[in-house]
Amino acid sequence: MFKEMHDLFQWAWLIPALPFLSFLLIAFVTKRSKGLSSTVSILAILTALGLAIAIGLGIIQSGAELVEHPVIVSANWLNIWGLKIDIGTVVDPLSGMMLFVVALVASMVQIYSLGYMQGDKGWSRYYAYQSLFAFSMLGMVLATNLLQLFIFWELVGLCSYLLIGFWYFKVSAREAAKKAFITTRVGDFGLLLGILFLYNKFETLDFTALSAALSTNLQNVAVVGTVGYVTVMAFLIFMGPMGKSGQFPLHVWLPDAMEGPTPVSALIHAATMVVAGVYLVAKMYFLFEASPVALQFVAGIGAFTAIFAASIAIAQDDIKRILAYSTLSQLGYMVFALGVGAYSASLFHLMTHAFFKALMFLGAGSVIHALHEKQNIWDMGGLWRKMPITGTTFFIGVLAISGVPPFAGFWSKDEILAGAFQNGHPIIYAVGLFTAFLTAFYMSRLFFVAFMGPEKPQNHPHESPLSMTIPLVILACFSAIGGLAALPEHNFSFFIHFGEFEPEAMNWGLAGISVVAGLLGIGFAYYIYVKEAIKAESIAARFPIVYRILNNKYYIDEVYLWLIHHIMDGLGKVLYFIDIYIVDGIINGIALLTRGSAKVLRRTGTGQLQTYAMVFFFAVVVIFMVFAFGEGQLSSLNPLAMLGGVK
Amino acid sequence: MSSALPSGGSFLLPFILGAPLLAMFVIVFMPKDETKMIKIIAAMGTFVAMALSLFAFFAYDRSLGGMQFTLTIPWVPDLGVNLAFGVDGLSLPMLLLTNLIGFSSIYASWNMENRAKEFFVLLLILITGVMGTFIARDLFIFFLFYEIVVIPIYIMVIIWGSTKRVSKEYAGMKLTIYLLIGSAFLLVGMVALYLAAAKQGNPTFMFDQLAARQNLYSAPFQKAAFGLMLFGFGSLISMFPFHSWSPDGYAGAPTAVSMIHAGVLKKIGGYGLIRLGVYVLPLGAKYWAPVIAALAIANVLYAAFIALAQKDLKYVIGYSSVSHMGYVLIAIAALNPTSINGAVAMMFAHGVMSALIFSMIGFIYEKTHTRNIPDLGGLAHQMPRLAIGFIIGGMASLGLPSTVNFISEFTIFMGSIRVLPVQAILGIAGIIFTAVYTLRIIANVMFGPRRPEWDQLKDIRGPELVPLIVLGLVIFAAGIFPNILFGLVNSGVTSSGLQKVLETVSQAKMGGLF
Repeated sequence: MFKEMHDLFQWAWLIPALPFLSFLLIAFVTKRSKGLSSTVSILAILTALGLAIAIGLGIIQSGAELVEHPVIVSANWLNIWGLKIDIGTVVDPLSGMMLFVVALVASMVQIYSLGYMQGDKGWSRYYAYQSLFAFSMLGMVLATNLLQLFIFWELVGLCSYLLIGFWYFKVSAREAAKKAFITTRVGDFGLLLGILFLYNKFETLDFTALSAALSTNLQNVAVVGTVGYVTVMAFLIFMGPMGKSGQFPLHVWLPDAMEGPTPVSALIHAATMVVAGVYLVAKMYFLFEASPVALQFVAGIGAFTAIFAASIAIAQDDIKRILAYSTLSQLGYMVFALGVGAYSASLFHLMTHAFFKALMFLGAGSVIHALHEKQNIWDMGGLWRKMPITGTTFFIGVLAISGVPPFAGFWSKDEILAGAFQNGHPIIYAVGLFTAFLTAFYMSRLFFVAFMGPEKPQNHPHESPLSMTIPLVILACFSAIGGLAALPEHNFSFFIHFGEFEPEAMNWGLAGISVVAGLLGIGFAYYIYVKEAIKAESIAARFPIVYRILNNKYYIDEVYLWLIHHIMDGLGKVLYFIDIYIVDGIINGIALLTRGSAKVLRRTGTGQLQTYAMVFFFAVVVIFMVFAFGEGQLSSLNPLAMLGGVK
Repeated sequence: MSSALPSGGSFLLPFILGAPLLAMFVIVFMPKDETKMIKIIAAMGTFVAMALSLFAFFAYDRSLGGMQFTLTIPWVPDLGVNLAFGVDGLSLPMLLLTNLIGFSSIYASWNMENRAKEFFVLLLILITGVMGTFIARDLFIFFLFYEIVVIPIYIMVIIWGSTKRVSKEYAGMKLTIYLLIGSAFLLVGMVALYLAAAKQGNPTFMFDQLAARQNLYSAPFQKAAFGLMLFGFGSLISMFPFHSWSPDGYAGAPTAVSMIHAGVLKKIGGYGLIRLGVYVLPLGAKYWAPVIAALAIANVLYAAFIALAQKDLKYVIGYSSVSHMGYVLIAIAALNPTSINGAVAMMFAHGVMSALIFSMIGFIYEKTHTRNIPDLGGLAHQMPRLAIGFIIGGMASLGLPSTVNFISEFTIFMGSIRVLPVQAILGIAGIIFTAVYTLRIIANVMFGPRRPEWDQLKDIRGPELVPLIVLGLVIFAAGIFPNILFGLVNSGVTSSGLQKVLETVSQAKMGGLF
């Protein structure tokens, strides 16, 4: 049984290869034919999805065996003195789950884009980028070592850059793309350092080999003050996820990334690429686990990001920005879950979040499509009646993210909160619980304002075409039932866990508390925005400063811009001044000096033979005197002798 | 074919060297109105050279290593001067690089109509000269070719250059004077080395002979001689503070000269430092390494910050190339086989990338008549292919994985972080600022709203696409399959005796800095 599966798993490389082939085909062959480009791209990703499902089923059948012994296929990629890197694929439950999620959401998004991108001039380019992204993301998931992961990590960053700036004529899109790339690069700087130091120490970047090396021959030796080696490495590695997964203070790029087409936001900036950071921490969990300080830090950053982003989401009016801050907040959830040791729960939430957040983004896209690019929720209203499929599926998404049973978010969120509580992190538990309340509140606010309430006469919405609604329905199904993976005996955490597997019973008390928090949030929003028992304006008016700070996202962007424009660019200008007037000035000064002295010396060239003869005569006298009386000194001046040369 | 033939054996390298030279002679005897024919002949000459050096690249026996395709003709036996050619894993990538860029540079100048005959004659001399330095196995020949290079560059900048912040005459003069001052110091170092090696008779200029006689060079001599070489080669590779010719020079020079200068000529500095400095004078290299490392960091960060403040496209790339050379320098300073691997690969990678970017900027300037960034914008609307070339160049510049630049930088970082951790970390921080200025120029030149004043511009097409195709292909082929390039470089590092030298160095105790 396992043997046959083994053969299947060796073909995992086809999953990223197919979209890559499609990218090449579109870029070099079918570029001019819109229909062909999208067909090629969608066929490739659907085939990849089929393969991913086959592998997923294979993993489930293989059971526990694969958890212990992942199937690894690799080949040498770079081999030089002191540096040997392989590239390959690893099939284990974790990568299998990611393959399925990525391929599913990517397929849905590509099909959805058939409707959403209708009539766009850059159609073929769009599908080429989509294929390139699918390749990079799937390649990253299958990585066997840190460098391979880093390579694809950067490539998904490139795709994100290209797709955020897809409408490159928009100045806002152009700037957002640049900002995303640079902000994540700050994190990648740390990640790269971590990779370099790890290779230096262990001479391998292979995940399994690193894990083995770390557990056998390394104590947490102090390297910087009292901080241990493992801790430093964990901090450096964690910088990458902070950038990629938008953790505070490198979160600033994600909301701006909403300048890209909405399907892109759904795929890259909600469901797949942004969770790469969580995936990386999970892959390197053996490192983090060895350093309690690092885990504490991860938990702290995650929890702070969760509540911080949720608080901003309350005061935003743009439908995509609300979803973006919600994504940040949910990413914070996954990160702190890892920090408190709720490994399975974090990855479970990664999966369910991918379903319901992609669903909501695509729903938002459907609304934006129907309202001709309107994104302010206050310009919407009463959409449920006009767009029943979008409305219903979006509502499922809201229930899922709010943690209402039996929808997907309930199971994963509850596991995270239970993990935080049971592993002895009461403060983080409280923050998580409050965030759950906030999440339910702002999501319901969004839903009530946009989909319920009075219709706006200037809008003439109509339901989106089938190409857009079918993906919504499929994702809605997964958002509704995806959480049930927690229930069977061989459940999600049986396959995906760290260390020894110990089945945990559901803690219904804690679950009840988090459900209450979610329902409270929904009810609160209902009273404010549907019943209008409390006027939203009056709350904002009562706390003007709070509202302004939240609305302006704590002014963090402003601080960064100030730093960039005044410190970094200022330094550039100062150094340029130094370069021109001091470094170059000295050079020009020497040139001037040469020219000046030449002017003076030119006068010696009088052209009078008598003068030359006189100089010649005196020179001979001087040389003779030196030879006659200063022999000792002369030989020491012999240039050849001085240089150790021949006599 | 693949084995190292005895001296007097292979005529492959002289053929490679002769192809552009032959084309040059044909052009000399052609009427000057036949510009189309002149360009075709120039392209043919460089194409043959490129094809043959590609053949050499793949025919070279990597497991054997060492100098291959050698040819030795005694020239001045009394002085020990030989017309000796040969390539190994260090010089063959540089030879290929020269010809890739030489071939592309002909096409980047395809629209040159002003005194085309003279232009292509000089360009072919330039290409031949640069090539000669890399295939020379004899220091005297090396120096001879190096001096040949100076002449065409000066004339080309003065006649076909463009004036921006500084006049083209100033730029040309500065470029030439720096080259000459550098070569003057080099000459002194060279003569000293020659004399030291000839202490026990049998004078020679051959690199391998000079290296084999290391025990004749005392430590103080090595320090002094390496110092002279460092000054000469350092100013050639635009080491801080001898870099200021580079941005001015590139901005003033015509596209083809910028491509060749930034792409390969500059690399003679790095190549010379490895071949002559590290290889022949290891104790000197060890002594100067901390200085090189410190200056290298100045290169990386100082130039990157200045690039942020530039408004002229060519100045941005000019400072960017100064910044990237810092990585080569820090790799040389780290003095271990991994980092030297990275240094050679980085020179190759940066050469291809900067040639691509300079050719794209050349087309932009040719079409819009401006390089001022605020005046440009939204060019991707009218010229999507040009935009693709520019973005590929930019992504290579910021070291994106899948480009050869990434893996070269990575190897350098890997090699230097164990020896010079602090400097390496500072240098690696440069990747952030590189991203900032590169993405800024991409955004401000290519993206943004459509500008109606550029609507009549035609996208690059036909012969203009050659630089993009050739250089773009190399960037990705060597980036996705790094063993193609690194296999060769690594064989050069491990088989040429360099590794042994490096081991000696790592054992030598040099005491303090001064």
